[in-house]
Amino acid sequence: MKTMRFILKKEFRQIFRDKIILAMMFVMPTVQLIIMPLAANFEVKNINIVYIDHDHSSYSQKLIYKIISSGYFKLAGGPNSYKEGLKMIEEGTADVVLEISPGFERNLVREGSQKINLSVDAINGTKSSVGGSYLLSVLADFNTNLDVNIKSPNGTVTVRPAKINIENSNWYNPRAEYKYYMVPGILVLLLTLIGGFITALNIVKEKEIGTIEQINVTPIKKWQFILGKLIPFWIVGMTVFTIGLIVMYVIYGIFPEGSLLTLYTFAAVYLIALLGLGLLISTFADTQLQAMFIAFFFMMIFMLMSGFFTNTESMPDWAIIMSNFTPVTHFIKVVRLIVLKGSRFSEVKNEFFYLIGFAVVLNGLAIFNYRKTS
Amino acid sequence: MKQLLVFIRKEFYHVFRDRRTLLILFGLPVVQIILFGYALSSEVKNIGIAVLDNAHDVQSEQIISKIKSSPYFEMQKPVLNYPDIEKKFREGSIKCAVVFPVNFGSDLYNSKGASIQIIADASDPNTATILTNYLNAMISDYQQQLNPALKPSYQIIPEVRQLFNEEQNGSLNFIPGVIALIFMIVSTALTSVAVVREKEMGTMEILLVSPFKPVMVLIAKAIPYLVLSLVNFIIILLLSVYLLNVEIRGSLILLFAESILFIITCLSLGLLISNLTNSQQTAMLISMMGMMLPTLLLTGFMFPIENMPWIFQVISRILPSRYYYDIVKSVMLKGLGFSYVWKETLVLLAMSAGLLTLALKKFKIRLS
Repeated sequence: MKTMRFILKKEFRQIFRDKIILAMMFVMPTVQLIIMPLAANFEVKNINIVYIDHDHSSYSQKLIYKIISSGYFKLAGGPNSYKEGLKMIEEGTADVVLEISPGFERNLVREGSQKINLSVDAINGTKSSVGGSYLLSVLADFNTNLDVNIKSPNGTVTVRPAKINIENSNWYNPRAEYKYYMVPGILVLLLTLIGGFITALNIVKEKEIGTIEQINVTPIKKWQFILGKLIPFWIVGMTVFTIGLIVMYVIYGIFPEGSLLTLYTFAAVYLIALLGLGLLISTFADTQLQAMFIAFFFMMIFMLMSGFFTNTESMPDWAIIMSNFTPVTHFIKVVRLIVLKGSRFSEVKNEFFYLIGFAVVLNGLAIFNYRKTS
Repeated sequence: MKQLLVFIRKEFYHVFRDRRTLLILFGLPVVQIILFGYALSSEVKNIGIAVLDNAHDVQSEQIISKIKSSPYFEMQKPVLNYPDIEKKFREGSIKCAVVFPVNFGSDLYNSKGASIQIIADASDPNTATILTNYLNAMISDYQQQLNPALKPSYQIIPEVRQLFNEEQNGSLNFIPGVIALIFMIVSTALTSVAVVREKEMGTMEILLVSPFKPVMVLIAKAIPYLVLSLVNFIIILLLSVYLLNVEIRGSLILLFAESILFIITCLSLGLLISNLTNSQQTAMLISMMGMMLPTLLLTGFMFPIENMPWIFQVISRILPSRYYYDIVKSVMLKGLGFSYVWKETLVLLAMSAGLLTLALKKFKIRLS
């Protein structure tokens, strides 16, 4: 016990001595958590549109006016030909070119339907698909009015169809703001960076500069050394998590809907799992550089597979399995559920078992490996 | 000159001796391309949905079976009341729910019409929007089936041409981003660590007293990483073409020239970082943690830059990766020529010149 106290003292001193590491651990995540959510906004607005109207009829002008005034699109210029419009897309100043062919109105009244040509910059998948669906809904609306206007110009409609009124409710985020989804996600990512990454670096540093050998010849036992490494970082991790929650509330006005105790229970277990990962990485690496790259490699995969950016449900089956083997996936899910929806422990206990499993397996592997390598 | 070659060879040995790091260096782009290409599409499908059906009539059953057969939704067990729906949301097993009121079917034909409630979990707004649109389309589709007279007899039909991406390849705009990210990591992070390591180990002093210009030391340090980055670049291009079926539309020579320019920018940044720091750990933290997130967030391949507050738009203008991303997008994916990207190229040139000058200045100071 006494030995343990000394080791912990030494480790804490080492952490707090290095101002840069300290800043990296506490200041950087805080700053990034304040800043990043402002940038991480998937919302699609301001789709730049240009049009070429060869018809110049009242209907073509009505249609264009309707599209421009829908609020989804921004008029980005007035090209004189399709070619010029295309050039604007190439330069990136326009996302959509709308072209109305001559005789549009005459043919519409005569034949009942007319095509308009849209050319979309499809490199950005989200933007082009969301923009397309906006345009379709504007057109559907326009078509309905068109129908009524052409059939009964005096406004006497007699059609009585079966009608379904759809009432759309947005729960948990009525104003559809992105921050609710992003802030908890970013907090988890930052915690993962700190917990997994810095631990690994710290242990490998001892290896690289040879101090680990010195510790090995002292009467300090291996488990004491490992615990001495992990406990301070666990405390640092929990502190960072707490700072993160405070930032989330003070800056973004998001206070966890669920119980803080549940949230912290999950965070505690998650951090143990992460530290195990960090330790495991450190057994595979001999230099800090290697440790950093291994950590980065995993971080990258975690970030992509965790459902931070996309829905895990929509991935192919093999990717879903992979994502289930990623600790971050479960923690991000839980933090979002508890913070945004107030989920109770009993409702998310499956994720808890996952995390416990990760903590046991990762630490087990790490200790097993550690004994083998040193 | 001969000396320089010998020196470069020594540095190459240094780099290639470390098998594990090499494995990761080459594994990273492969894994990233596979993940981005196959696992990370912006598609929304197989999303959990629950139905609260108070009507239990033919019409509500028909709509439910429509939802069941759609690839977008994964129907969960029926729920019995609103608290049940909330519980399902809290468990994270559904992202939307549909509620049919009592008498749904009979209300359809009276004057008021019938109502349906669609509840979406809006904590993830984009997914909520997409799901709500799917459901709305399904329901109005059903409405038209019930009553063919509803089909408007006058309509404007949009004909959409998907420029640069006919196959609707969802991973297209990620590829230039991945390339930029990999360069940023490999060139910036690795170089920054390489120089600092010599300092930490004390071997830098030895290099500096050798009859060798300090500038040469830096160049020799940077060249292996330039080669590594280029090899990585070729790997990414091959994977994109043969695995993800991406068509490279523009000139390969231009693409390579621009990439070398960007790599030099990254290397200069790495050298600068390494000259400003004294420990590997610090260098790594600055180049990895300080660079990775901004690159990921502010380059424009994850989140649209035009939505960001103006301050970020300004910051994104000082990130070299943003310009490179624009260049790759224009040349590789749109097939445009140099006349479209000369501005960005100039910016990168200026940045690399500036960073390199700074790095060398800082380096000289250390000699005194």
